[in-house]
Amino acid sequence: MRNDMFSVLRRSPFSITQTRRFAVRICGMVACLMMFAVVSPNVAQAFSDEELRNIAEQLNDKSSTKQVAIIEEMAADGDPRVAPILKAMLEGDLYVRDSDEHVVIATKKGKVYTHIDIISGEEAGESSSKELDKIKVNNRLRGALRDALATLNLFSPDHAVRTAAVEQIMDARDPAMLPLLLRAIEREDDETLLARMNLARATMALAAGENAEERLAAIDVLASETTPQIRAVLSQFVASAEAEGIEPEVVTAAQDALDDVEGRLSNWQTLGDVYRGISLGSVLLLAAVGLAITFGVMGVINMAHGEMIMIGAYTTFVVQQILSSVLPSGSPWSLIIAVPAAFLVAGMIGVVIERCVIRFLYGRPLETLLATWGVSLVLQQATRTIFGATNQQVTAPDFMSGAIEFSTGLVLTYNRLWIILFSLIVVAGIACVLRYTAFGLQMRAVTQNRRMAGSVGIRTGYVDALTFGLGSGIAGIAGVALSQISNVSPNLGQTYIIDSFMVVVFGGVGNLWGTVLGAFSLGIVNKFLEPFAGAVLAKIFVLIALILFIQKRPKGLFALKGRAVEA
Amino acid sequence: MSEAMDIKPDAQVKSARAETILYVDGVSVTFDGFRALNNLSFYVEPGELRAIIGPNGAGKTTMMDIITGKTRPDTGDVLFKSETDLTKLDEADIANLGIGRKFQKPTVFESHTVFDNLLLACSGGRGVFKALFHRLSSAEKIKIEKTLITIMLDEKRDELAANLSHGQKQWLEIGMLLMQEPELLLVDEPVAGMTDSETEETAKLLRTIAKEYSVVVVEHDMEFVRDLDCKVTVLHEGSVLAEGRLDHVQKDPRVIEVYLGR
Amino acid sequence: MTDYSQKYQMTPVVGWLLKDRGGMILLTILIAAAILVPIGNLLVPETSSFHVPTWMLSLLGKYLCYALLALSVDLIWGFCGILSLGHGAFFALGGYAMGMYLMRQIGDRGVYGNPELPDFMVFLNWTELPWYWYGFDMFWFAIVMAMFVPGLLAFVFGFLAFRSRVTGVYLSIITQAMTYALLLAFFRNDMGFGGNNGLTDFKDLLGYSLQSDGTRAGLFVASCVFLGICYIVARGITQSRLGKVLIAIRDAESRVRFTGYRVEYYKLFVFTISAVMAGIAGALYVPQVGIINPGEFAPALSIEIVIWVAVGGRGTLYGAVLGAFIVNYAKTFFTGVMPDFWLFFLGGLFIAVTLLLPKGVIGAVPAFGAPDRQSILSSMRKRLSAGGKA
Repeated sequence: MRNDMFSVLRRSPFSITQTRRFAVRICGMVACLMMFAVVSPNVAQAFSDEELRNIAEQLNDKSSTKQVAIIEEMAADGDPRVAPILKAMLEGDLYVRDSDEHVVIATKKGKVYTHIDIISGEEAGESSSKELDKIKVNNRLRGALRDALATLNLFSPDHAVRTAAVEQIMDARDPAMLPLLLRAIEREDDETLLARMNLARATMALAAGENAEERLAAIDVLASETTPQIRAVLSQFVASAEAEGIEPEVVTAAQDALDDVEGRLSNWQTLGDVYRGISLGSVLLLAAVGLAITFGVMGVINMAHGEMIMIGAYTTFVVQQILSSVLPSGSPWSLIIAVPAAFLVAGMIGVVIERCVIRFLYGRPLETLLATWGVSLVLQQATRTIFGATNQQVTAPDFMSGAIEFSTGLVLTYNRLWIILFSLIVVAGIACVLRYTAFGLQMRAVTQNRRMAGSVGIRTGYVDALTFGLGSGIAGIAGVALSQISNVSPNLGQTYIIDSFMVVVFGGVGNLWGTVLGAFSLGIVNKFLEPFAGAVLAKIFVLIALILFIQKRPKGLFALKGRAVEA
Repeated sequence: MSEAMDIKPDAQVKSARAETILYVDGVSVTFDGFRALNNLSFYVEPGELRAIIGPNGAGKTTMMDIITGKTRPDTGDVLFKSETDLTKLDEADIANLGIGRKFQKPTVFESHTVFDNLLLACSGGRGVFKALFHRLSSAEKIKIEKTLITIMLDEKRDELAANLSHGQKQWLEIGMLLMQEPELLLVDEPVAGMTDSETEETAKLLRTIAKEYSVVVVEHDMEFVRDLDCKVTVLHEGSVLAEGRLDHVQKDPRVIEVYLGR
Repeated sequence: MTDYSQKYQMTPVVGWLLKDRGGMILLTILIAAAILVPIGNLLVPETSSFHVPTWMLSLLGKYLCYALLALSVDLIWGFCGILSLGHGAFFALGGYAMGMYLMRQIGDRGVYGNPELPDFMVFLNWTELPWYWYGFDMFWFAIVMAMFVPGLLAFVFGFLAFRSRVTGVYLSIITQAMTYALLLAFFRNDMGFGGNNGLTDFKDLLGYSLQSDGTRAGLFVASCVFLGICYIVARGITQSRLGKVLIAIRDAESRVRFTGYRVEYYKLFVFTISAVMAGIAGALYVPQVGIINPGEFAPALSIEIVIWVAVGGRGTLYGAVLGAFIVNYAKTFFTGVMPDFWLFFLGGLFIAVTLLLPKGVIGAVPAFGAPDRQSILSSMRKRLSAGGKA
């Protein structure tokens, strides 16, 4: 994004080399004019046409040491015309034309080579191969060319190319690139890119700085940043400082800066763990919240709960299949339609299970456990028979793909964010149903005193069936969300059932908030353990901790107290 | 609370402590913010038959829970025979000390015969290995026979407890308490759900038992309490409201208010 | 059943054993099988219709191990109301103890020919035998460990759980968590138990080749004997005053407490005994099937054991044995003939037994039936009206 006015100025015959820097400086000062600017291909030419032609001809020198020097010299001034030349050389397309000893880029078309003038970039005749001498490159030259090209990208008019170039320089940390980087910094007017460039300069200055002041200044710049990369730079510097005879005060400053960066990074790490924990917690919450109703409110151990989740996931799959011909891919509608569909399908299956099996087993939780386990086996096998044992593909809508990335290494994927949000909405919805609707009132009444509720005219059987249907339907909704992050297979439910029970037992039966807190704390504890212990051991630790926790509080985190509970 | 103090001042309780079998002082317990017992204090003398009455939610059953170690009080002391602190012990310890408890809902071992129910309650041999290698001694057998007659279930000795009537289960449970040879019996609503004749029989049974043991009876049924003919403690909102003979208590204006005024 | 002096003064073991009709039948069958099946396999020529093929011998031996496992579950569930959904863990631990012995017996005949280390350790570049593998080259030690390790785990787990009065479904759920945690742990290579693949490629037991018919017949007889012994032990426990206390705990736990029994010790005792039995079953199982892997810890398998007990008839001991045979025969049958239907059948069995046959197959036979002989319909009606929260 250079300013057109100044490119005109620069083209004036007398000014080219002398005014270049001046022009650039003004360019920065009047950056506000940028909005009127049109991108010009003709940028900051460091060489006059003649200079460029002369220096390019030296590329054909016999000594590769000389050639490398020439390449570096050409690249050093950031002339945009240099890049194509070096690129052509790297690819073996740079030739010396016998006729006028000019260096040209030549490409083969059939038997004829088309020449391109390196100054103007336009076609300049053609010839057979006999009239051209190829400028040969060896591995040493190739390396030099690549480095030079990378630095040259710093001057590319394309913002993205410049960004990539800065990152590349950051990674390489080659002090030889410093002068070029300095030049790029002078010309850069994009704030964020400028900051990155300064950072890159600081990393180089740290390694190649002439004196303690330069290094201290560099450390200052670095200490303000929080990325794993900077931590690597600083720790590398500190580690090798003694051997290189760096001043002790610089080493101390670097160590302090390193501690600073590490401290902030570990805060970010903690934040990342919390986020991943919350993300896992929201999955656990979704899986468990339906169970909190069937187990917590009704006292029914529903081992088929996981299968309700699976049915929800398969409903999502089926809805997507049906709508795939109508809707464009990536449309959110199939997922939005799948939510009520999954609720209805799983809820209806739940009502059927309640009417056919569970209602005969109230008050006998262990038998319910066995019978519903049987139900779960039947549902799994039925799914396997209908859909096959392999995983089904549920595609993610556009709004759920992608991620927010932070330079500190934290990545928040949209699907996880949506699931966190979704789980909270579901819980809030349930809380509202339980608290504010007539059905919620009846449900609580039946839970607390079945006979009394019956005698005031509540149809207890009806309420039982609907409550179980509600719990199952919510599991179905959970299945919609989980289809986005798990394999949709007949075994989907099995992966969640034990965790769901853990959440409900940990949180305390019959307490929705206990379930929420239980899910999130289990998720977070799990994710905090993972960096130290690995995923499997973390899980084992959590299970053992839960077993021990239940010893301490046999009725969970939020147990109801008093004698009514034990009656 | 202050009313409770009027009736049973602290000093008086403490002086009485020397000869009590059960001594409850300043016991409070809270469930999730609900104060089930509020500075409850009373004592029972050895050999005494005591009835405890009070409206629903007065804390009668919670009081039983605390004495038998099912619930721990937040504050207060519960002493057995003036020396053993019951708040430190669990149910089994307290039972083995000689405090028997009958539940509100009759609780017997339904899959065992009446005989086996009494056998299991028979004192001694509570250890696991003792139980594994236990053989019925003739002394135990005689004791069981005696109790079967006391509780009027001699005929039903081979019947499964599940097949007994409600009243018979209550008696069986009382019989099981007797087999434990307790020094103090806590009986929670022994006549709930009983026929009139059963109620009378039960009152007679308890009076007989009270000749040998100290008995605390919790009951709603005023007629039954009158039948027991003993000292009455009235609980209200977790504290003692009044104490004395039934006639005397029934004239207390505060008791009348609690029972009738709402 | 009337004369108590007689009932309680009879010579212990023989007395109640003679009264236990189902038990007598079971023991008779076991003795007959222990004699006839090996004869049918080893001595009767293959052409004869009385010949017992080796595969059938192994299959029956496997069923016997399952039966012992079911017996151990019935002892705690049927008599004490403890529904363990983690008994597969004790079974698998017993199996691993035996598997470790068999691994050490391979010696230098493994693929890598290391005389000290099992193949999988060589594969993982381990140079030394982990300390917990010491001693497993001795048969007696492995046998002791097959009982001690499950027993110890049950003791520690039970001590924690029963002391803090974790009961009912809570206990079931944490037993399930226990076996699940072990499943995950044994899948790890670092545990030193062969990870995913478990322990296999066994060669011989006490110097006898596991492939030979004679060894297999010997293992079969051992399974019969141990099942018989464990049955008698279990019956002895349930017949004693301790057994009556257990039943009392099942029916009214707090009453037992207020009667002065330390419920947790009783539960701990029977839970530990049961885990030891499960361990023995596992140790007998592994040499007969030739492999032990973490899959045996799967929670689903542990739940399946419970259904064996429920199908046979809970709280009868011999019913558990019968149930293990019925369900596992059905499994063999279905997986052979129409594998897709096995889970339908098993699932249906879970539902049908809990709804229609609460006393199991044994309960449906009048001679063994419940004292009140309720018809299925009336019991269902009763349950409907009793429906509600306990």
